[in-house]
Amino acid sequence: MADIKIDKIAKTFGNARALDEITLDIADGEFIALLGPSGCGKTTLLRIIAGLETRSAGRVIIGGRDISDTPTRARGLAMVFQNYAVFPHMTVYENVAFGLRMQKADEARIKAQVARAAELLHIEPYLERYPAKLSGGQRQRVAVARALAVEPPVLLMDEPLSNLDALLRLEMRAELKAVLREAGTTTIYVTHDQTEAMGLADRIAVMHGGRIVQIDKPTAVYSRPKTTFVGGFVGSPPMNFLPVTAASGAIDLDGLSLAAPRPEGNLLAGIRAEDFALSHSGEGLAFDVMVAEPLGSHTLLTGRSHGQMLRVVAPPNGDYPADTRLGLKPDPNRIVWMDAASGEALRQETAA
Amino acid sequence: MTTVRSRLLPYLLLAPSVAFLAALFLVPLIQTITLSFSEDGVPSLANYTRMVSDLNFGLAVRNTFLLVLTVVPIQIVMALAMAMMLQKLPRGRDVVLWIWTIPLGISDLAAGLVWLAILQDRGYLNSALYGLGLIDGPTAWLTYETPVALFFGVLVAEVWRATAIVLVILFAGLQLIPKEYKEAAEVFGARPWTTFVRITLPLLKPSLQTALILRTVLAFEVFAVVYAIGGTNFPVLVGEAYNWQRNYQNTGVAAAYAMLIVAISLGATVVFLWALRTKPEQQA
Repeated sequence: MADIKIDKIAKTFGNARALDEITLDIADGEFIALLGPSGCGKTTLLRIIAGLETRSAGRVIIGGRDISDTPTRARGLAMVFQNYAVFPHMTVYENVAFGLRMQKADEARIKAQVARAAELLHIEPYLERYPAKLSGGQRQRVAVARALAVEPPVLLMDEPLSNLDALLRLEMRAELKAVLREAGTTTIYVTHDQTEAMGLADRIAVMHGGRIVQIDKPTAVYSRPKTTFVGGFVGSPPMNFLPVTAASGAIDLDGLSLAAPRPEGNLLAGIRAEDFALSHSGEGLAFDVMVAEPLGSHTLLTGRSHGQMLRVVAPPNGDYPADTRLGLKPDPNRIVWMDAASGEALRQETAA
Repeated sequence: MTTVRSRLLPYLLLAPSVAFLAALFLVPLIQTITLSFSEDGVPSLANYTRMVSDLNFGLAVRNTFLLVLTVVPIQIVMALAMAMMLQKLPRGRDVVLWIWTIPLGISDLAAGLVWLAILQDRGYLNSALYGLGLIDGPTAWLTYETPVALFFGVLVAEVWRATAIVLVILFAGLQLIPKEYKEAAEVFGARPWTTFVRITLPLLKPSLQTALILRTVLAFEVFAVVYAIGGTNFPVLVGEAYNWQRNYQNTGVAAAYAMLIVAISLGATVVFLWALRTKPEQQA
């Protein structure tokens, strides 16, 4: 059993607070993505869990055992590094076998485990080669195989796919998900790529400024962001935030009336680009197309509505020359209402 | 034509340094070779016979090899330890490195004289020992009657003087090794010593090779420190070459010694190049 309990972990560098009392519970076998922009503390948190970085306060408990002061080598983890860190002076076989050798496993077990990990990651043909002879994608597989060969209860991954090209990344992502599901390993995966986090994780912890801003299932993080930061960071294109004013419990969008979550006051309506219905007759919120990007599966329109920049997903085959005026009807059930001043979602909306 | 000129340009730019090396290195080398293999202008091995049959020859060979075989390993181990410690320092690395490399800025003769001042009859060492009541009066350590003490004195002076260059090379090499390798080893359960032996040392091989070649070649040329501390009581190869040239006015035998030193240095270099080669497929 390897559930992970991160209890009020804090890290300060001088006066700068890199991590602000992070608390996080991860179930056995769960895949958690730590998602955030660079400098949000996600890698620091991962390195503290690994013991490669010292913490300023708090505890890390894995499988009921407080390992906060245990040296890295005794924590029973495996890790995949961003730059792979595959040992260049060892063959692929020796690289994959490294963790087992450190555990003083017998030769038969090493052989069996390496063979299994190599098969899982499709690197059998390269076992006798040196890493310098491998491509980036193959090295990444070796790094993952090395981590899985020790059958770790906990696997830490630090942006493992960010050095691969786009196509390879897509391929590795799907493979990784299948492999890790089979292994049943509790995984913490650090990434700044929201697509990766959405695609891989059981739950996403969105980090910003040394805190976890929201932790939830990928679909919930996407459609019910807790703050404007989450809405803007998760999803491509980012969520639209339309400033509106409620009066007597209703909001008026160019003649379109919506029920307001608050009787009065300034609000932000968080609306995903695909949650607008387009009306060519101009009914609804006035929207002037500036740029249309045909992306194959859909066309992405960028334009203005009363001076506010909006991004709208339109059907793929339409023709939208610049300065076309369209009417937008947002799906009222999918609007995330946010407080204009704090940028935080209103309570009744977050309880989804 | 511009293309011809641009093709010739690299060679033109290299020409001065090639000419310089040819005039001041290649020509003297060939002259030394001919000089060592001739007697009164006739090709002969007489210089080599005289060199080998000289009383001091065996002693000089023995002393030089003894010195190289003790000094170089001590320096490599010390420099490795120092470089590893330096890497662990969270701050103040530069200051410590500067202090450790001070001996590099001192000429070897001056370094020899410093150690002479410490080790001679009325030197600092004897004063200290006398003060502690360990000796009754001035004691000579650096005579031909005390070869072990003399050897030890030269050894200490050489280690003090020239370990820093090994340190600089190894420290630079250590910093080229990405820290993720060490971290990966740690995550997968390696103890610090295992990480050092299985990860750091193999990845440091190119720097170790450079340091070993440089230090060994220079150690075979040891002279000024030995001469300052032991004078002629501790014959070494370069010292003998100097003696034959200066005191016996025999350039031929001096040239033979020089050739012997060149041959030994080349041999050592070849051994290190082969023994510590990094296969191309294993390069980082």
